[in-house]
Amino acid sequence: MQDFGAAFGEAFRLVAAFDPDLFEIIALSLRVSLLAVFIAAAVGLPLGATLAVARFPGRGGAVVFFNALMGLPPVVVGLVVYLLFSRAGPLGALGLLYTVTAMIIAQAVLVTPIIAALTRQLIEDMKPEYEEQLRVLGAGPFAMVMTLLWDARYSLLTAVLAGFGRAIAEVGAVIIVGGNINHVTRVMTTAIALETSKGDLALALALGIILVAIALVVNGLVMGLRDTAKRMGYA
Amino acid sequence: MLDRVRMSETEDHDGILPLVGAGISVRRNGRNLLDNVSLTFDGPAITALLGSNGAGKTMLLRVLANLVEPDTGTVQWGGRSPDAARAPRLGFVFQKPVMLRRSVLANMKYVLAAVGHDRASRTDRAWKALRWASLDRLASTPARLLSGGEQQRLAIARVMATEPEIMFLDEPSSGLDLASTALIEMLMRGAASRGTKVVVVTHDIAQARRLADDVIFLHQGQVLEHGPADSFFDAPKSKQARDYLAGRIPDSPTL
Repeated sequence: MQDFGAAFGEAFRLVAAFDPDLFEIIALSLRVSLLAVFIAAAVGLPLGATLAVARFPGRGGAVVFFNALMGLPPVVVGLVVYLLFSRAGPLGALGLLYTVTAMIIAQAVLVTPIIAALTRQLIEDMKPEYEEQLRVLGAGPFAMVMTLLWDARYSLLTAVLAGFGRAIAEVGAVIIVGGNINHVTRVMTTAIALETSKGDLALALALGIILVAIALVVNGLVMGLRDTAKRMGYA
Repeated sequence: MLDRVRMSETEDHDGILPLVGAGISVRRNGRNLLDNVSLTFDGPAITALLGSNGAGKTMLLRVLANLVEPDTGTVQWGGRSPDAARAPRLGFVFQKPVMLRRSVLANMKYVLAAVGHDRASRTDRAWKALRWASLDRLASTPARLLSGGEQQRLAIARVMATEPEIMFLDEPSSGLDLASTALIEMLMRGAASRGTKVVVVTHDIAQARRLADDVIFLHQGQVLEHGPADSFFDAPKSKQARDYLAGRIPDSPTL
């Protein structure tokens, strides 16, 4: 109980004091996860929508594949990206191991299947309503994908949000490929893991509280946006 | 922007009339939904497609619009097989109008973009069509917040803005009040007078009498009658049509 009290005290003290180290860690966390989600959305949204609209042999297998990848353990993603970027690996020459770029790539790999699989489901549910209307306009598959993506935009926010939640909260992938280097690749989750193992529970909990607060604010914003969209008949 | 996505090219100005169905049959689960139906649509008149529930009216429209492949028989648009490039020449107003999750004006512009109009002419045509359907003051309203009657009018205006040669309407006024129905009938007449062939499925026999120049009567997937509206309503040739017009349960034992 003492730890919790101390942790809250410490958290507010650190935030109120604009502790530069703390804000560096928070900023890096947000930068890595937002960029990773941006990349994952750029790939996952069209990929999921195409999977929903297209009919090709092996489609069922692809759907199962992406659904299964949703549950990909972050440490496994970290390991694979590590192997790719390690000195002896196929991409070792790029020298990206233990850099922020490697962390962004690892999280993007982790999140893309989540966004793709959720997008596929959402678009597939919406497709029957639109399909014949678009076909009488002479719409091809590309136009259908673009139209459905745009008209599902507010529902898709939830898919992107799920991806962001996964990215900001995971520790396994970024700690393997980033290495938790102070002032370079240390993010909130890796800092929490480190401080906990060092016994500095107050700082660890303080970071944890901030992490949860960020998640709450982001979710609240997206939910507000969706409610507005729903009232307008856009969601 | 997504609005700029063009769905089809319109350099193919070949018409789709006459629209001909020849020997069309569609079977589903051992039932003949359409049974050797042959007909031709041409000229700018209004045709009412009548028949009881399950007679195959909607299926027939969907086959003729190239949305469903018939099991046997062929559809010809202007003497050739249907193709996506000419699809916009046929307008389809579905029973439940499909409103895009956008504003009324954006719904209009989307369809105009889809059939290949450039940005400037889209705006111009969209407003013209909205004024035609008395929807211009609702232009910025989200389409899904419109009333049922307004949604149907938007669906018709959206189709007519693309100046199709033929427009299919599937029970456009079902569930609407008298005033909304009157507005929709006005739009159908307006469309016909602009030279668009109108084919309307309706269960409202009074409406068919008011609107139709000729009538097609479907019964269990077959065309039993196809002729001028007056002679159909005054002297239907088949017993099934007489039963339908009188609202009798067909082939029921006399009570």
